[in-house]
Amino acid sequence: MSTEYDITTTLDVKGENCPMPVVKTRQRVDDLTEGEVLEVVATDSGSLSDIDGWAGSTPDVELLDQVEDGDVYTHYVRKTE
Amino acid sequence: MSTDTPAGEAADAATLQAQIQDLEERLADVEAEDDESMKMTIVATKGSLDMAYPPLILASTAAAYGWDVVVFHTFWGLDVLHEEKADNLKLSAVGNPNMSVPNALAALPGMDALASRMLRKKIDENGTATIQELIDLSLETGVELQACQMTMELLDYEESDLIDGVTTDVGAATALNHMADADIQLLV
Repeated sequence: MSTEYDITTTLDVKGENCPMPVVKTRQRVDDLTEGEVLEVVATDSGSLSDIDGWAGSTPDVELLDQVEDGDVYTHYVRKTE
Repeated sequence: MSTDTPAGEAADAATLQAQIQDLEERLADVEAEDDESMKMTIVATKGSLDMAYPPLILASTAAAYGWDVVVFHTFWGLDVLHEEKADNLKLSAVGNPNMSVPNALAALPGMDALASRMLRKKIDENGTATIQELIDLSLETGVELQACQMTMELLDYEESDLIDGVTTDVGAATALNHMADADIQLLV
């Protein structure tokens, strides 16, 4: 799978459940600088809705893409400020 | 005809100008209020293993949203902040219609411990965070976990019995002040 953005770092939350994917994504985004992209790899099917909802209500992030591949859900989040 | 004098127009313009200025100031105040981050207050009253989860999951997630979050722990909710008890919260087998054991059997000695062990095993297998992990995460991400002073005294808990980082010496008025300003208030 190819993406049109450069991934700065990857967060692996496979096997973890709510609220960990969102909470750990937030913590990791805090370490990024503007424009950097975090790849989040999860197996929690709720993470599709949760990370989408979180990113939509959070001012300093933009959800670029969500990819579902079998039991693995990959999210791409850019820090915007 | 007489009201259309230049002097009258100037007075009207000045009045309008003042009204516009007043409205602009009030709009700026409203916008400034909107910019303030969301606030959530949760009152956590339960200390059973199942009921300890919802407040901590919501609190840590709200912190990820950048919200200002207070969880006020009172009565058995205080056990969730107790250094020793927090790791050993129990699930009640009696009066729990979701469990397949009849109440007459569930009331037997050791059944609560058995039910708690089973839930802990499921939590572990499912990759669900432990209560201790959620407390650590909440404190790390800026959630204020408050311990009701009245309950502390009622249950004979000392400040040193509580997990580090918990806010003590607070009462109902402190909780109400935060609630009055909060966008979301929950009693669990």
